[in-house]
Amino acid sequence: MNVLPRMHPDNLTDVDRRLIAAIQHGLPLVSHPYAELGRQCGLNEGEVINRLAALLADGTIKRLGVVVRHRELGYRANAMVVWDIDDARVSELGHCIGRFDFVTLCYRRPRRLPAWPYNLFCMIHGQDRDAVLERVRQIEQHCGLADVPHEVLFSRRRFKQRGAIYAPAPSGMSQ
Amino acid sequence: MHRNRHTETLELGTLERQLLNDFQHHLPLTPTPYADIAQKLGTTEDAVLAALHELQGAGAVSRVGAVFRTHRVGASTLAAMAVPPERLEEVAALVSGYDAVNHNYEREHRINLWFVATAADEKQLTQVLEDIEQRSGIAVMALPMLEDFHIDLGFELKWT
Repeated sequence: MNVLPRMHPDNLTDVDRRLIAAIQHGLPLVSHPYAELGRQCGLNEGEVINRLAALLADGTIKRLGVVVRHRELGYRANAMVVWDIDDARVSELGHCIGRFDFVTLCYRRPRRLPAWPYNLFCMIHGQDRDAVLERVRQIEQHCGLADVPHEVLFSRRRFKQRGAIYAPAPSGMSQ
Repeated sequence: MHRNRHTETLELGTLERQLLNDFQHHLPLTPTPYADIAQKLGTTEDAVLAALHELQGAGAVSRVGAVFRTHRVGASTLAAMAVPPERLEEVAALVSGYDAVNHNYEREHRINLWFVATAADEKQLTQVLEDIEQRSGIAVMALPMLEDFHIDLGFELKWT
């Protein structure tokens, strides 16, 4: 297995960790959801709201809201599109791709040569395969990527999809 | 809301569409966020809660909650394996069996099994990937995020 690079250390407090553990399965669908979350992690309603606002402000939480499942809503095609981009231009082109509203993720990742030459990954959802391919063409045209080697990896079967579980520390297997 | 028998797609009412499209971010940080949403949409808190329950039950909504920036909480990585087609179901089930794995997809490529693993720290994450490698006998390629170019504003749904 390839070695993982060092991750950024985080500056979360124990209170934040408890709150994150409580919210990871979603906000309760009750009249006072933040008060209910607080009961699960020893905070009052106001403290939960303030901590969540702080985590949003510092970017730990990207967004707070309804998390949709595309496939159930008719977005049956999704593809991971990967490009092999000159390292000197990957940041510029990543920002160009990441701006499209139909791109739901755009990351630089390491190459794993010789098996895997691609260093820029994005996810595109569409109602069918043609819609996704049309969007790939749009990106190529707009960002000047026509001659850049790439592959489109359509998803076939979804074996598992749910929010990440961060805590308690995973022990390995659930079965 | 009901499911179209031919397309297997959910057919949604106005409230459901508004909830799905307009509240993927900026959920009110007020004591009663669902009542506040209801007020904006000219309906009742009960109607909003009932619709969200139903959307969740139908699988259209995975949760109302937080999307965390990768690497700010715990350690995570995209990982991929080139699984011989005849072993795909078996290996996919093995991978899905880990609590640490939250997404697991088959993709059209020689490298055909793609999953995301998340753990409390890097050491546990490495352990999970090594364990998968050992039990399956297939190499795991770890592709951790190095730079994020995307600002997550949710996903604009286009109704046809």
